[in-house]
Amino acid sequence: MADRPNGTGNAGHNRPSLRLHVPEPKFRPGDEVDFSHLAISEAGAQPRPDETCDPAETKPLVTDLVRVLGDDNKAHGPWDPRLDADTMRTMLEKMALTRAFDERMYRGQRQGKTSFYMKCTGEEATSVAAAMAMASDDMVFPSYRQQGILITRGYPLVEMINQIYSNRGDKLKGRQLPIMYSSRAHSFFTISGNLATQTPQAVGWAMASAMRGDSRIAATWLGEGSTAEGDFHAACLFATVYNAPVILNVVNNQWAISSFSGFAGGERATFASRAVGYGMAGLRVDGNDPLAVYAATAWAAERARANAGPTLIEHFTYRAEGHSTSDDPSAYRSAQERNEWPLGDPIMRLKDHLIAIGEWDEERQSALDLECAEKVKAATKDAEKNGILGHGLHHPFHTMFEDVFEELPWHLEEQADQAIRERKIKWPHA
Amino acid sequence: MASRVIEDDIPFGLEDAPARNLNMIEAINDALDIMLSHDPSVIIMGEDVGYFGGVFRCTAGLQEKYGKTRVFDTPINECGIIGAAVGMGAYGLRPVPEIQFADYIYPGLDQLISEAARLRYRSAGEFIAPMTVRSPFGGGIFGGQTHSQSPEALFTHVAGLKTVIPSTPHDAKGLLIASIEDDDPVIFFEPKRIYNGPFNGYYDKPVEPWKKHPDSKVPEGYYSIPLGKARTVREGDAITILAYGTMVHVVDAVAREKGVDAEILDLRTLVPLDIEAIEASVEKTGRCLIVHEATRTSGFGAELSALVTERCFYHLEAPVERVTGFDTPYPHSLEWAYFPGPVRIGEAIDKILEA
Ligand SMILES: Cc1ncc(C[n+]2csc(CCOP(=O)(O)OP(=O)(O)O)c2C)c(N)n1
Repeated sequence: MADRPNGTGNAGHNRPSLRLHVPEPKFRPGDEVDFSHLAISEAGAQPRPDETCDPAETKPLVTDLVRVLGDDNKAHGPWDPRLDADTMRTMLEKMALTRAFDERMYRGQRQGKTSFYMKCTGEEATSVAAAMAMASDDMVFPSYRQQGILITRGYPLVEMINQIYSNRGDKLKGRQLPIMYSSRAHSFFTISGNLATQTPQAVGWAMASAMRGDSRIAATWLGEGSTAEGDFHAACLFATVYNAPVILNVVNNQWAISSFSGFAGGERATFASRAVGYGMAGLRVDGNDPLAVYAATAWAAERARANAGPTLIEHFTYRAEGHSTSDDPSAYRSAQERNEWPLGDPIMRLKDHLIAIGEWDEERQSALDLECAEKVKAATKDAEKNGILGHGLHHPFHTMFEDVFEELPWHLEEQADQAIRERKIKWPHA
Repeated sequence: MASRVIEDDIPFGLEDAPARNLNMIEAINDALDIMLSHDPSVIIMGEDVGYFGGVFRCTAGLQEKYGKTRVFDTPINECGIIGAAVGMGAYGLRPVPEIQFADYIYPGLDQLISEAARLRYRSAGEFIAPMTVRSPFGGGIFGGQTHSQSPEALFTHVAGLKTVIPSTPHDAKGLLIASIEDDDPVIFFEPKRIYNGPFNGYYDKPVEPWKKHPDSKVPEGYYSIPLGKARTVREGDAITILAYGTMVHVVDAVAREKGVDAEILDLRTLVPLDIEAIEASVEKTGRCLIVHEATRTSGFGAELSALVTERCFYHLEAPVERVTGFDTPYPHSLEWAYFPGPVRIGEAIDKILEA
């Protein structure tokens, strides 16, 4: 056996024993929460390099936090996108509608109208503001918490609910888990349940757009937990190797079901800093600041359109609700976290900003919230006419065998016949 | 569906088209060349496929001819290759990614199985992944356990993937063109043992090059062979032998040598499978042998055996037999002991004929 440094030849003899580090979040249920360890920089203090800069110029921005809205509810600094009041009110409305939609669908799941639902509470800016900063025909490859993109792009709520109910109106023929939407017409790629798989696909789409001399860019979203998947690293690599016109959005909402961000490597490095090793531009953004999210996305989109390459954006935010309807966050994290989150709530922050600049007031906000709730309620009623999950109003049987291949091969034709025969026995009156 | 005539594979008028004698690599190169010139949405990518033309030279000269954005090298990252191809397919391109050896397809497996295969289904037809993943597979070249595997059964188990395996230069060209034109994701496995010549199973004897073989006559220009149609290698009455890839040539040599009146079907595509040709042949001969190089347990032979038993039971005069590789990794120094060669095949034929 070869000798080891300072070794006697005896394995591990007389030396301190090694210890495995297993990450542990700062707070568990019952703990007092103290977020003072988070370095939260002053709004407006971050430099804004030119969109076409060398990726190295963004290095300071992968550890800092790009912020626009300050504690005074005013917009500050070079990242202020200087949006007009109408645009900001639209942004506020889309975020409020997303939240109202989540509220109602969550209740719908509890009432047994569907099997599953996922809220994006507290993260609305990361999809709504980002979508507003892109062109409507830029292709998005979302994960499952970006319902705000569809809402921003004007996809009908009733279609979203049809999908969630897997009813006969569901354009996806009741095949996908609720919330896994798809709409080619809205340049919204079909959502996969396998985490991070969409990221190299977005890069491939962006590469294709560049190959064709198109002007459209692509963007993809994934959670910080999912950045641990190999697919994400493949995506970063391909994006930089081919200088693809793509935006890689990491939504760091601190939790991946019950695992805190440390299990994806977040203890040692920011997620935005992953960009540095690939030679990619990176930005770390206050994800609860809709103006900062907008500005960062617009910067990255401009960069991609100018053939200056991909950008990795980390949206630093907090998942205010449970992971999904199947989750009980009180079993693994302090109940205080949500209220103590130092970056507040994106809807409240934009509302307070609009009020601070004299473009909004609490009465109008109450009216808006009511209007959003009514809209969702009406859409829900409409969707329910097409059925709810498990109540018989679903797509016809043979659709189960469609779209596996372009054409039905003999073995699926045989299996379809079998399903139809069985149906007559199982449900003679259907 | 007329499934047992090879002549009708060549579109009308092409019978007289000038033909060249090509080996399988040249035939594949020819198919790629034609599709690149014929359809601007076709692109080729993979490790070393660009400037160098691929480690087996299948893409030689194509980058020079079509440029770096149509034929290009990739990082050594199969997940990225297949994942990017999914996105390109969704955009409207027809990527033809090459995986350097089938043994290295596993890092890209999730993108194939969960993504490419299901894209049409999960989006109810809104998005498709029309890609043809080319990959050399199979053993017999002293490739050791990481350059010899036959993973085709993994793919046939996945709803939404098509699996194509040619056994001649003529078929390689026609089937590859059909695969690239197909709107579904296709796994196109190239039996690398027969890239240069139709291997007869005798590893210790010199192999004839393709140029002398009738199936190396490859018509010039465009033609395609429909997926889902088997090829009758030769007709016979005593036993049906089902094979694909390299094994087609091995079983053909064994049957000739033994003087057995075997009917040999080259399946050409495993999914979709030409069940009519299989049924018709087994009903005629009453006996069936299945031969593949992949490991035995849960191999595609198990599926074929089950299908033949389910559908032709009352025509069978002997149990259906399988000849396969062993359930071990491919051993480097002992590869000819592993390979399902003439001895193993000959014994199985005798056993079935004696039953
Ligand atoms: C490949 C894969 N592994 C595991 C899962 C199960 N799973 C679903 S969501 C999730 C956590 C994801 O966390 P994160 O990426 O941080 O996103 P978030 O839910 O916080 O938005 C896990 C482990 C999955 N869907 N896919």
